[in-house]
Amino acid sequence: MKHAPSLTSTRRIALALLAATCALFIAGAEAEAKTLRYASQDDPQTLDPHSASLLPTTRVLSQVYEGLVMRDKNFKLVPALAVSWSQPDARTWRFKLRPNVKFHDGSPFTADDVVFSLGRVLHPLSQSKTFVQGVASAKKIDNLTVDLIMKEPNPVLLNHLFQFRIMSKEWCIKNKAEIPQNYKENEDTFASRNTNGTGPFKVTLRQPDVKTVLVANEDWWNRNAPDHGNVTQVDLLPVKSNATRAAALLSGEVDFVLDPPPQDIARLKSNPAIKVVEGTEARVQYIAFDSFRPELLYSDVKGKNPLKDPRVRQAIAHAIDVDAIKEKVMRGLSVPIGTLVTSGVQGYSKDADKRYAFDKEKAKKLLAEAGYPNGFAITFDCANNQPAADICQAVPPMLSQVGIRATPNIVPQATYFPKIQKNDTSMYLLSWSTSTFDSLYTIQALLHTNTGTQDGNGDSNYGRYSNPKMDALIDQIKVEGDMKKRDGLIREVLIMANSDVALLAMHQPLVPWAMRKNVDAVFSPNNVAYFYRFKIN
Amino acid sequence: MLAFIIRRLLQSIMVMLAVGFIAFSLFNFVGDPVSLMLPPEATAADREEVRKSLGLDEPFYIQFAKFVGNALQGNFGISLRLGRPVSQLLIERLPATLELAMTAALIGLFVGIPMGVYTALRRHSVTSKILLTGSLIGVSLPNFLIGIFLILIFAVWLGVLPSFGRGDVTHIGLWSTGFLTISGLKALVLPAVTLGLFPVTLIMRLVRSEMLEVLRTDYIKFARARGLTNRSVHFGHALKNTLVPVITITGLQLGGLIAFAIITETVFQWPGMGLLFIQAVQFADIPVMAAYLCLIGLIFVVINLLVDMLYYTVDPRLRISRAAAGGH
Repeated sequence: MKHAPSLTSTRRIALALLAATCALFIAGAEAEAKTLRYASQDDPQTLDPHSASLLPTTRVLSQVYEGLVMRDKNFKLVPALAVSWSQPDARTWRFKLRPNVKFHDGSPFTADDVVFSLGRVLHPLSQSKTFVQGVASAKKIDNLTVDLIMKEPNPVLLNHLFQFRIMSKEWCIKNKAEIPQNYKENEDTFASRNTNGTGPFKVTLRQPDVKTVLVANEDWWNRNAPDHGNVTQVDLLPVKSNATRAAALLSGEVDFVLDPPPQDIARLKSNPAIKVVEGTEARVQYIAFDSFRPELLYSDVKGKNPLKDPRVRQAIAHAIDVDAIKEKVMRGLSVPIGTLVTSGVQGYSKDADKRYAFDKEKAKKLLAEAGYPNGFAITFDCANNQPAADICQAVPPMLSQVGIRATPNIVPQATYFPKIQKNDTSMYLLSWSTSTFDSLYTIQALLHTNTGTQDGNGDSNYGRYSNPKMDALIDQIKVEGDMKKRDGLIREVLIMANSDVALLAMHQPLVPWAMRKNVDAVFSPNNVAYFYRFKIN
Repeated sequence: MLAFIIRRLLQSIMVMLAVGFIAFSLFNFVGDPVSLMLPPEATAADREEVRKSLGLDEPFYIQFAKFVGNALQGNFGISLRLGRPVSQLLIERLPATLELAMTAALIGLFVGIPMGVYTALRRHSVTSKILLTGSLIGVSLPNFLIGIFLILIFAVWLGVLPSFGRGDVTHIGLWSTGFLTISGLKALVLPAVTLGLFPVTLIMRLVRSEMLEVLRTDYIKFARARGLTNRSVHFGHALKNTLVPVITITGLQLGGLIAFAIITETVFQWPGMGLLFIQAVQFADIPVMAAYLCLIGLIFVVINLLVDMLYYTVDPRLRISRAAAGGH
């Protein structure tokens, strides 16, 4: 009892100290914690980095998993999990790995994980094989050195590799997720619901279509990068309805909207609490033609195919007023372009980026020369997503001015793609993103003759345009190791495609991101928001 | 009675098989999920491989037979969009839809009945006329428009209610409820009002016309002749007799509310089955669509069965006439 008072006072001091620490801690946490509430219409399909690899999935997984290389603020390739690389011979790429990198579960990152991840991404069930194009196998040299053995040379391997995400071997084996998810066997794998990457954020909560929570990885190797922001948590909130998503931003329930509805941009801009950042994606919207069939499937011209004649395709190019489409349909959110790749992509050249002037008389003259003074009728296929559906309705009235009677045929995306993949079309609208940021990817898929051997040549050339001279050039580009020479060859192909109107490039859509005024976002040309570069003021 | 129930259950299985069969024959036209599953960079060979691995290269009747076979074992397949078992997804989403539909139905009853009684008793008052005109708007305005109006007023302008989501939920076993948290209740208001507006107007008009009819009947006149108070005549005798058809209609409406909450759920990003379904349609997610349609078929069959049984017990005349006719 004698000691009781002193005991109480000690306890009081201890309590006071504790309270002070708590207060400090809470105050500190308040100053530190920066939560970004992010809304977009799509939710990732899966968290498995080697399963479905569509953009909504990539947008989340590229925060969590990393590749050997990554893209910096200016979209240049820079070291990530690899610190350096070399090519000992044409068929080998040697990567020195970054030391002291840890996965989110604390286990160290080593060459074994790279070898394992390569095997996983090459598994038949993987849907991400294109990110390791040309690679046959991987070999561990030592704990932090790994060789990628090529089955065919790929001079732009790094452009592909940046999306090849590395998983932990140990974690996958422990959780029985050694191979990507098998949909047919009705599997529900651990890795499709949980993550363990090396990247700037960890997934702490995943409720499909409701909420996904990312929390900053305090141990990330790149935390001290100069462009590192201050976001400590990201709540990813899918909001399907356009109007609701815009309303949620206006009411302050979200801080950032990746895909604000185009019709609301002007209204959002006029709100003082909100800003809109417009970026350019490496995407080109184009019109393609069936230049293969002897007679078009959907036309009133019988016995011959007018679209085989380059003059007819040029006439169409002259007839379409891309500036009017920019003003009226795109609401200013596009940049007219004359070629299939955008500036910034390896191989882009100004000489190829030449638009055909909007000139109805010239178009009529070319049609007459080709033998169609009264034009012809044709069906124009489009998907029902925006802005494709609106463009689809804007183009036919322009064509009718020169005598081409086009009927728009707008169908849901899930039916549209199978239709054009079966070449069941005469003229269609599509957009293409050069996701590797190298022209070869685009010209090989869109311009090379489709040989039907599924070797990647002309894979998305659904109009079956064919030009042997161009094919030869593209085949040469595939193996050309001298970048300067390679760029020259690409330029030649793009100029040829332009003068022949192999495909009619229209514009590069501008991508608006809308956010509260206190958010600083860095736009990325692949339309992915890299949260570690975001700042909340 | 037992034979009746058993027969109806057997019929319900037939209904669900028919729903499933029709659904599957239509799935050929919803498009190809593979083109949405793979990135545009995928090669034709990749696409073919995935299509085969999903069994989508088989004709629809074989796909249907496999679906029925698996469904009998309680396996509805894997969602192509979310990569998770369909049964699990539906169980997760069911509480949200049921809570929303129930709340909307209750709003319908507790707002619709008093309004119906009022408009029947004070036929010529200004309030009645306003309510009746207003109810026309409620019947004719589409759900999504009402929803967006409510969002604009209560979320954007006033900032008092959330525009989307379900708020915080509490998990009780398999059930997740939004009734126990403030944010959950707040989130429920706008979607429930949006969805409840139609039943309110429907029940109001139904009660009103039934009430007007009952008020003209002889027993009401006799009740008045006996000197009963207005209150007793209106609520004790008249309203009671109007409620039988109201209960029936509410039961059937509940099925409709569950099945057609799709629009409301989409506008408010309410994580229920309707939202799951609409996204499945856009993605051509066949397993989810098939299971959802069968489940909705089942819900309708069960509700119809319950309503029929309710008739059977509530209305003595039915039993007598059926017995006289020698069965059902």
